[in-house]
Amino acid sequence: MITRADFEAIATWIPAGSRVLDLGCGDGSLLAYLKATRNVEGYGIENDGASIVRCIQTGVNVIQMNIESGMKEIADQSFDIVILSQTLQAMKRTESVVADMLRVGREAIVTFPNFGYWRHRVQIALGGHMPVSNDLPYQWFDTPNVHLCTIADFEAFCRDRKYRLLGRMVFNHEREQTVLPNLLGTLALYRLTRDRVA
Amino acid sequence: MIASPLKMHFAEPLQLASGDVLSEYSLAFETYGTLNAHKTNAVLICHALNASHHVAGVYENQAKSEGWWDNMVGPGKPVDTDHLFVIGVNNLGSCFGSTGPLSTNPATGKPYGASFPMVTVEDWVDSHVRLLDQLGIRRLAAVMGGSLGGMQAMCMSYRYPDRVRHAIVIAAAPNLSAQNIAFNEVARQAIMTDPDFYGGNFEAKNTVPKNGLMVARMIGHITYISDDQMETKFGRGLSKSSKDSIVPPAESPANLKFSSEPEFQIESYLRYQGEKFSRYYDANTYLRVTKALDYFDPAAEHGGDLAKAFTPATAKFLVISFTTDWRFSPARSREIVKALLDDKKEVTYAEIDAPHGHDAFLLDNALYHRTVRAYFEHVVIGGEVNL
Repeated sequence: MITRADFEAIATWIPAGSRVLDLGCGDGSLLAYLKATRNVEGYGIENDGASIVRCIQTGVNVIQMNIESGMKEIADQSFDIVILSQTLQAMKRTESVVADMLRVGREAIVTFPNFGYWRHRVQIALGGHMPVSNDLPYQWFDTPNVHLCTIADFEAFCRDRKYRLLGRMVFNHEREQTVLPNLLGTLALYRLTRDRVA
Repeated sequence: MIASPLKMHFAEPLQLASGDVLSEYSLAFETYGTLNAHKTNAVLICHALNASHHVAGVYENQAKSEGWWDNMVGPGKPVDTDHLFVIGVNNLGSCFGSTGPLSTNPATGKPYGASFPMVTVEDWVDSHVRLLDQLGIRRLAAVMGGSLGGMQAMCMSYRYPDRVRHAIVIAAAPNLSAQNIAFNEVARQAIMTDPDFYGGNFEAKNTVPKNGLMVARMIGHITYISDDQMETKFGRGLSKSSKDSIVPPAESPANLKFSSEPEFQIESYLRYQGEKFSRYYDANTYLRVTKALDYFDPAAEHGGDLAKAFTPATAKFLVISFTTDWRFSPARSREIVKALLDDKKEVTYAEIDAPHGHDAFLLDNALYHRTVRAYFEHVVIGGEVNL
């Protein structure tokens, strides 16, 4: 569930006037918010026709495209920031999607529900069931979330691929969580870039 | 909505891309809705291969005379004439009212026929802009078209950047593929090899290359429909007249015989469509319009870089394609989108899931119409304070 607090947190990493691409932009509300508060220009990428109509109604430029297709229509380094908001866990080709984000943009912002949150751990460890919560409301058999990860997993993922983390924010619902984030955080936000090869 | 055809005569010569000059000409057009005081709510609709200026509404006392995009344009329709002033214009070289091969050449007093000059997409756009000048429309709220009409919309966006606020490009392509040109060439050969063609001067012989036109239309028609749609609509079904005469061979091989009569439904359908077309369409027009399609290639003069062709454009773009369109496939629309993204233009792109193939742009499709409606309501009309 994306909240106003998530928008505000993301916006703190967006310099005014940036060129932004929002992958899986849904109804375009994040981009509309960033246009209003950060004067950004850019496009949403979405593959659902009804969402595209909503984007048009919101006044957001939107391109219909499968973000796992390689996004060949988008030139290298043509955006300042590429956002993937709470969509990472639903990607089949997670690695190439993150690589493409850093191909088309100088920086990427990735947000995802933290599977390491203690309630999730308890549900598996003691309950013996796949976690179901407000943040992960799906049953195992009908979830769109095929690649859930923890904060520790994502940081290892970035380290292995030499992605440089420029910022991290972890929230427990609407409050920022600084102590034991992987245990107590429900939502993780990362800002990353690709180190230039000399 | 009652439509009435209008005509505007232009005495000032039109320089054509070919080098020829059209000394004078007329454009047939229709308008729907009311032009506002600031003249900021005008939408120009460009037509494709065989359509005309009769976009919407019906003619007085003529039932079933709906315009070719009547499901899209009209009061309360996606392009809503309660708010917009919509103009349909017939392209030069056509056979539906604007000056073309059937018109009288003022220099000779006889019909142009085969001597009518080659007109290109650029020439059409130039002539459309002159019509806008006459109507006092400085800047269109939108130029819109499907297929070849989409090419005109694109062309106007970069050829006359200050005349277009929005360009709506539907089921189009940045140029024709070899396969597209091949289909056009087969159609042209069908016409030109018809014994009644007489090098294009069939008028003098009091005839028309009816069979050639018919075959040309049959070939075109195949490319407008998807394989699946043809299968759904016709399959291997037999036409009514042949049901009695032939029995499917698998059931009774003894009944198998050669017949030149249409047996399968798809054969009867194509013959019917071709026959109908040959009664109202001019062969010289068909040859020229397909050539205009073949020649359209805005990237060519920019070393193949389509983004450079679009550089002057200031319009916002809505690009729409249809998943089963194999004539101008979504991949071709994505080339247009890529060029616009490279140019950092404002663009929205929708790929509509529709089974009908290229023809989908003319048909009712809820999501397609919702997309166009949303764009007009919120971007074209909503985006302009004094519209």
